[in-house]
Parts: sequence; C-alpha cells; structure tokens
Amino acid sequence: MNFFKSLILSSFSAFALFLSVSSIAQVSYEQILKAADTPENWLTYNGGYSSQRYSALDQITTSNVDDLQLKWTLQNQVFGAWQSNPIIVDGIMYVTERPNTVMAVDAVTGRIFWKYRHVPAANAVVCCGANNRGVAILGDMVYMGTLDARLIAIDRINGQPLWNVEVGDVDLAYSVTMAPLAVKDKIIVGVGGGEYGIRGYVVAFDALTGEEAWKTYTIPGPGEANHDSWEGDDWEHGGAPIWITGSFDPASNLTYWGVGNPGPDWNPSQRPGDNLYSDSAIALDADTGELKWYFQFTPNDAYDYDSVQVPVLADMVWRGVPKKVMMWANRNGYFYILDRTTGEFLEGKPYVHVNWSSGLDENGRPIQTPQPEGMPTYPGNQGGTNWYAPSYSPRTGLFYFTAWEGYATIYHAEESEYVPGEAFYGGGFSVLAPAPDAPTIRIGRTNPINTWTNEVGYTSVKAMDPQTGEEVWSYEQFDVSDSGILTTGADLLFTGGREGYFHAVDARSGDLLWKVGLGGQIVMAPVTYMVDGVQYVSVISGNSLSTFALRNR
Amino acid sequence: MKQLTIRLRSRLLILLSIILTGLFVSQQSMAQDDGDHAYTSEAILAGLSVYNRQCALCHGPNGASVDGVNLSRGVFRTAITDDDLRSVISEGAAEGRMPSFVLNAEELNGVVAYIRAGFDPEGISSGQIGDPARGKLLFEGKGECADCHRVNGVGPRIAPDLSNIGAIRSPTSLQRNIVDPAAALLPINRPVRLVTRDGETITGRRLNEDSYTVQLIDSKEQLRSLRKSDLMTYEISDVPSKQPTTLSSDEVADVVGYLLTLRGQQ
Repeated sequence: MNFFKSLILSSFSAFALFLSVSSIAQVSYEQILKAADTPENWLTYNGGYSSQRYSALDQITTSNVDDLQLKWTLQNQVFGAWQSNPIIVDGIMYVTERPNTVMAVDAVTGRIFWKYRHVPAANAVVCCGANNRGVAILGDMVYMGTLDARLIAIDRINGQPLWNVEVGDVDLAYSVTMAPLAVKDKIIVGVGGGEYGIRGYVVAFDALTGEEAWKTYTIPGPGEANHDSWEGDDWEHGGAPIWITGSFDPASNLTYWGVGNPGPDWNPSQRPGDNLYSDSAIALDADTGELKWYFQFTPNDAYDYDSVQVPVLADMVWRGVPKKVMMWANRNGYFYILDRTTGEFLEGKPYVHVNWSSGLDENGRPIQTPQPEGMPTYPGNQGGTNWYAPSYSPRTGLFYFTAWEGYATIYHAEESEYVPGEAFYGGGFSVLAPAPDAPTIRIGRTNPINTWTNEVGYTSVKAMDPQTGEEVWSYEQFDVSDSGILTTGADLLFTGGREGYFHAVDARSGDLLWKVGLGGQIVMAPVTYMVDGVQYVSVISGNSLSTFALRNR
Repeated sequence: MKQLTIRLRSRLLILLSIILTGLFVSQQSMAQDDGDHAYTSEAILAGLSVYNRQCALCHGPNGASVDGVNLSRGVFRTAITDDDLRSVISEGAAEGRMPSFVLNAEELNGVVAYIRAGFDPEGISSGQIGDPARGKLLFEGKGECADCHRVNGVGPRIAPDLSNIGAIRSPTSLQRNIVDPAAALLPINRPVRLVTRDGETITGRRLNEDSYTVQLIDSKEQLRSLRKSDLMTYEISDVPSKQPTTLSSDEVADVVGYLLTLRGQQ
C-alpha cells in the first residue's frame, strides 16, 4: 500500500468511524494512558499499561465483602478452559470464547448485544488448547488475535469485522492466543508456536488500516547483535514465542514483553548457546520496535521455563532511591526486580524450592546445576508460576502472584528433527509422583475429583515485598491454581484456582475474608468495574462468567 | 501441607528408581496381547519415544489427561481395534480437539504397541501371571485380600473396590501393590484420622479433597464430607493399612492372574 492510498484509506476510515459514533465515546489512547484514573472501566488485558491489575474501586471492602451476591452469569457455549480476560468500557464488556469468538455483553445484566465468530483455518495448531485470552480496544474497534495467526479489527458497536490481516504463517504453526496491546495508533501482538519450531516476533499494525508498522524478531538474525548466542541454523527454528500481553511505559516510550521457551523445548544440547532472547524480558520502542534492552532469566533453557509472565511496572522509592522498576516472578522459580529503563538487574531470590540453579550471580545470571538424568527438577515443567497474571497494589506496596509449591518433573532429552508445522519438543517430561501409577497434576484440570492430592504440588498465593524480594505472606490451596490476581483500593485481593473457589483475601494480611464455590476451574484473572455507582467483580469459572456486587446494590 | 511434603521427599526418591525402571529401561518385554496383534519389545520402545514426542503433551505421561480417555488402560472414546487407533492418530478426532499426526508406518505401529502394552515397556513376564482360579481362592482366603476389598458387589467397601482393577492397572502395578504396598499406595488411599470439634474421631479413606473440605468413606462405610475448619485433628498416615503379603511368589502370580480378570461391567 503506497503512502497516499494509505492516507486516503486512513482518512476515510477515520471519517467512517466518526460518523458511526453517536452515543458511545471513542476509547482514545489518552484514556488508556490514564486508565488508573477511570477505574469504572477495565481497558486493557492487565487493566492499564503498567499491568498492575490494581483498581482504585473501593465500594467492596474488607468489612462488607461477605455481602457479595451473584448478579448474573453468562454461559459459554464451548467446551474447554476459558482463559479470556474481559475488557469493560462504559458498561459494555468485551469477552472472547473458544476458539475465536468475541462477545459484547451488557455488564449490568450479562445479556449479549452481539457475537462475532471467526473460524480458524482447519490446520491451525496450538500446543495447549484452543485458547484466546481476550481483546484490545482502541477507538471504536476491538482487536482479536486468532489461532490461525491473524489479527482482526471488529466494530465494537455492531460486531462487524473491519479488517483481517495475517500475523504469521499458519502452515508453520504460528498462532496468536494473547490479547493484543493497543499503544498510540498501533495494535501490537506476539506469536505462539514455541513447541513447533517457529521463530518468534512481536509485530505492530496500524490500528485503522491493519497495515504492518514494525516487526521485531525475538531471535536475532545473521548480522544482528546476539545472533552468536545460537549455533548454525538453530536460530531459524528456535521458538521464543510471545503469548501473553506486555506492558508499556509512556515516559520511556518502551513496550515490555516476556519471551517464551527456546525450541526444541527439552533438548538444550541441540541448540548450544544462550539462545537469546528466549526466556527473556525485552524492551522495544513503541514506535519503531527497536530493541532497547533485554534481560535473560534462563539461558539455554532445558525446562520449558517460558518467561511469558506479565511485566508489572511501578515507580517506587526502592531501598531509598526513586526507581522505575519491573517486578517479575518467573516460571524458573526466582522473583526479580529490574530497572525497567535500563534493564539492570536489581534483585532476585528464589520463591519456591529451586534445584536447577544454585543461585544468581551479581548480574542475575543463574548458576545452573542440572540434575542427574532421571532425577526430579524443581520447579517442574509448569514452573514455580506461569502465565497467570500477577498484581501490584500501590497501597500495600506488595506484589502478588500464584505459585506452585512442591512440584517437580523428571525431564528427558532426545534429538528432534525440525519438520515444518510439526511438534518440535526434543524430549518430554513426567511429573514426579509419590507412587508408581499415581495420578499427577495435568496441564489443565479436567476432573472435579482430586485423586492426585497436594503431594504432587499445591498452590500458594504469595505476597512479595519488592524492597527485599522476600515473601510477606502466602495463602495456600490444596490443588494448584492457574488463576491470576486482582487487587483493589480497599485492600482486597481476588483470585481463583482449579478447585473452582473464588476467594477474597485481605491483601495486607493474607487472611481469607470470603469465598464461594463456583465449581469449574478458574484460569483467568478476575476483573472489577463500576456501572451506575455499583462496583462489580467478574470471574470465569468453568463454562460460566459470573459477576458479583454487594447485596441491595 | 509443607511438612507432609518434606516427610515424603525421601520416600519419593526411593520410589523414583521404581518409576524410572518402568519408564526408561529396556528389558525383555511382553506386551499384553489384548489388542489385535502381539507386538515386539522394539515396537513398544519405539512407540514410547513417539508417544513422548507427539502425544504426551495433551494425553499426559500416564495417558489419562484427556477426559474420557485413558490410553494406558485401553479406555478410548470410539476406537476399538488397532486400525481404529491408527485412523484416530492419522486423521484426528473429537471435532478437531485431537489433531491429525503424520507418522510413518513404523512410528504408528509403535505408538499403538505402546498403548496396547499399557505404557509398560518393561512389562511383566508371562511367568509372573498365574492361574486366575487359584488366585481367586487365595484372594478370598489365605491372602486376606477380601477382608477389606470388595469385588462385584461382595465384600467391605473400606478399601478400594477392585471390580475393574484389571482394566485400570498394569500387571506390574498389581504385583507391586501386593508385595510392597507402602511403595505402591496412592496418596488418595492413605488412611486418614480426623477429630471433629464435637470430639468425634473418624477414620477412613479419602475420596476427594480441596482447600476447605474433605470427602471420605469412614470405617462404618458412611460417606462423610467435612469442613476442615470443623476439625481439631486431621492426620494422613503414610503407612498403609495393609502389610506386605506373606504369600509366595507363585501365589502372588496367581492373585495377579485373578485381578487381571476383573475388568468391571462391560
């Protein structure tokens, strides 16, 4: 598309959008920038560019939380884990369901305005379920990435598709499962496929036209810095996907992304070197995609320790000095504090039992201690934590996340040949079990009867002090949890788990204040919003999206 | 919870060697010939490799991670014959939830062999599976198994019902349970002892548990569901209620032979 054609199209689209807007205001970039000031809305996957998943709403308090009442339930029509995170704007909720359907829902009654259904190509392939984690919103459009690696812009008033562009090659097993991130006039997404020998990247599109604006590979090519962290042509199929939404700091104009595992997953000797930028945090210029810094958590990873965790940003006085920090509880079992302007390592400590590494050096690089073949590695394959969205409360100054304790796996490596579009594992793993034939933790929960017990692993929701890197309190669950965290201006912490309980915990003490058994596994992070003076909390359990508010509201 | 985990860790390491022997070591193997064909040990081992590479991520290391399917125990949604298994693998199934896989004939045969062998590359030699009729007598008499276990509606319910045990356990696992129950006892079957705030003492076996509640069958065969907040004491023993058997190895083989005939209501 040449410049003039693009300009005409952009102008026309803008005009068309202007015409379509009558009663509902556009969601501007400036509005998303100030998301913290409009807590009645939930504007991005992580509730704002700093990804704190903290809402200033405080109508529901530690004193009245046990007065919460179910207001409505929306039933999903599709079987499978429902990982989607709703976006709420001016009383309208946008939520996706499997495989790639977007719904606009009245946030007060749960009734549906419209549904847009994209049917992914039949050869779309993903490792771990037909997941979609939600939409981005900007202007009058919502944006969804798809299992067949497309990005679709949808009119948020009438649910009609406006443009649909290729993000990656579905024949090579590229996919998009994350919610896109809208920054300024661009929509930014990453690609999944780390189990299929892709070469990962982050790519930005013009929000109005869908035209590609920039693309940055997570594995540097020949001639680029750090290409020598790979040997031969390993880099061409080295994985390093991006499958969780990143963050943005307007002060530095940097977007931050967590990068996934190198491929093949479990055979590091097949890809000698550090394998940059797999298992790293990367900072990319929002306008150009230029890489400004990186920090690698797990060089030459043998354990599938994707670093796709949400980069949580905060400005604080850190050990007496004002700092712009990034907090990161990594799948590899360490909790890190980084300087997000420079990428400098500030602190890192293990938060669960770790035996693949004996510690971190002064630059935060792990001192690796691989276990003998056949012996268990802690944390296990699903990690000390994973993609479950954490939270930071500026009121308590604590960072909260979901950890798996007492969980280990036994890895085995083998040579894998890269075949385009096919699984590229390089081995496998089994979960350490207390007895032969004993049931173990699965990637997702499918059975409501817990026969594996906490002896193969259990969850603790942890509150960490970023000043010390130490745990302040933890709240244990018998089963493991894939749920994220929400904190509020009344010092409440909401979270779920595989058992199907929706918990409200005191964010300062870790004491349980309220719970309700919703039955199905909770594999998303709760959100909160306000309509007509009523604060709501929404959570997805199993096949139901349930929304609560105080009784008599 | 933490204490329990730590207490069990040393035992876990011992058990590891058992698990690993079963998983990785190549031995003379005897496939269970309950499919269409008998398979060679080479095919089973080749299948293990294919399985770990292509199937384990969704189906899990034990083949039981997909609802309604337990590959190692021969529980499938639709497949009956080996050819059915081959076409499910080659063409996909369950409305696309199971993708199709491009495998060559050797790989395909291997993975079917591995499934039919009950995920047991080492297997148990046929000499260790004895006479079912003698085994039944031992089970009900000298072996004292029927004192606690129920089969086809007969016997107490305090220990797990064994009516379909032959369909859900491998011969190796059955043998291990008889010879070394402490090493083989599943965590959920560990004996529990609870004391309520009312002073009632309950002993039994767990059926299910979550963060706030526990469901069990007590020594009076009553189904009980208890809130943990109502308990003064909650102990989980890592010592099984049964001792290693005093039966001879030939007698154990007979009992294993009998248990393998217990395949539930067909």
